[in-house]
Amino acid sequence: MTMPAPALQASDLACRRGDRVLFAGLSLDLQAGEALQLAGANGIGKSSLMRILGGLALPYAGSVERTGTVGLVDERPALDPAAPLGRSLTFWASIDGPLPEGALARLGLARLTDVPVRYLSTGQKKRAALARLLGQRAAIWLLDEPLNGLDTAACALVEQLVGEHCEGGGIAVIASHQTFTLPALKRLDMAEFAR
Amino acid sequence: MIRALWAILWRDLRLLLLGSAGGGGVVLPILFFLAVAIIFPFAVGPDPVLLARVGGGVIWLAALLAAILPLDRLIEPDRELGLFDQWALRGIAEEWIIAVRVLAHWLSFAPALMLAALPAAALLGLDGRVIAIVELGLLAGTPGLAAVGVMVAAITAGLKGGAALAGLLVIPLCVPILIFGAGALSIGGTSGIALTGAVSLVLVALAPFAGAAALRAGR
Repeated sequence: MTMPAPALQASDLACRRGDRVLFAGLSLDLQAGEALQLAGANGIGKSSLMRILGGLALPYAGSVERTGTVGLVDERPALDPAAPLGRSLTFWASIDGPLPEGALARLGLARLTDVPVRYLSTGQKKRAALARLLGQRAAIWLLDEPLNGLDTAACALVEQLVGEHCEGGGIAVIASHQTFTLPALKRLDMAEFAR
Repeated sequence: MIRALWAILWRDLRLLLLGSAGGGGVVLPILFFLAVAIIFPFAVGPDPVLLARVGGGVIWLAALLAAILPLDRLIEPDRELGLFDQWALRGIAEEWIIAVRVLAHWLSFAPALMLAALPAAALLGLDGRVIAIVELGLLAGTPGLAAVGVMVAAITAGLKGGAALAGLLVIPLCVPILIFGAGALSIGGTSGIALTGAVSLVLVALAPFAGAAALRAGR
């Protein structure tokens, strides 16, 4: 059975937070292999848009259509703080299937598997979340500030991982203030849709 | 799907039994339960006739209080960690997650509580017949207590002062279990236990849907 090519379409999205409409009239269309960077000031609704795209939140107006599974990395690592990193990742592996070969070494986590997650630094937790994402093998990546807390080498690695993901026919949406260098990276300036 | 639910059940059980970074585990609620049974004779006096008459009810009340203790650890830490979002992205329905958590919560406290009820009953001087009714009642009633606990924990997750509110919400919902469970002692028959089980089953059936709706609404 072949998987249908992933796609992510949103039409005329609006998002409301409390009494305030953050953005309206936002549409996007991503096909297999495409990556999109969301840009805009703090509080403009990038994270809210991510959650709407992932189906975790309902838009105030408009609709989202997804083909393919969704993986999300945000500021919460979703790994048990008290458990050693290895066991936390094994938990996700028992749901998603095993990590790709060499993923831990590549993310610089191979020597940290015995360390409880709560003793990991911000950057190490982010790497661990990326390992979880790799194990999930999702077609659509939603990365909310994936570079926060990462050193220069790790930032380059994330760009590389996203590049490989898109070359393999995946879709990535990245919300980041840092410049993200990637061939064929689209940019969406959310200020255009702000209210 | 089944494999994922097993993994989640094992994880929940391990966290609830052994505790997490936030503290806890099953030991503290059980010690608390025994402590309540121990201090009760100090409060009402050591009259063995009186203790034997009200002792069963005391065990029920102590069990209810012990079941309330871990409420703030049932849902809120996982919500904060983003685990529920990750499960939702993988298409695992919240109803299943909550049902698994009710089971894990019950497994983590009910067997230990029923064991601890034996020394507590001895401390209160209950006779064998009463102990049997208390144990059967606990077996029938604790699934309901677990269901109410998880349901209320899901409803109050993310609220400021949610822990205090959760305790307040759980008590009225547990009243039917307490009435029938402790009531079985004065009737001395199985009808009370059967009603306790019935109430328990209704609550267990309700909890996944109410809890899942609460999780989705709080997202």
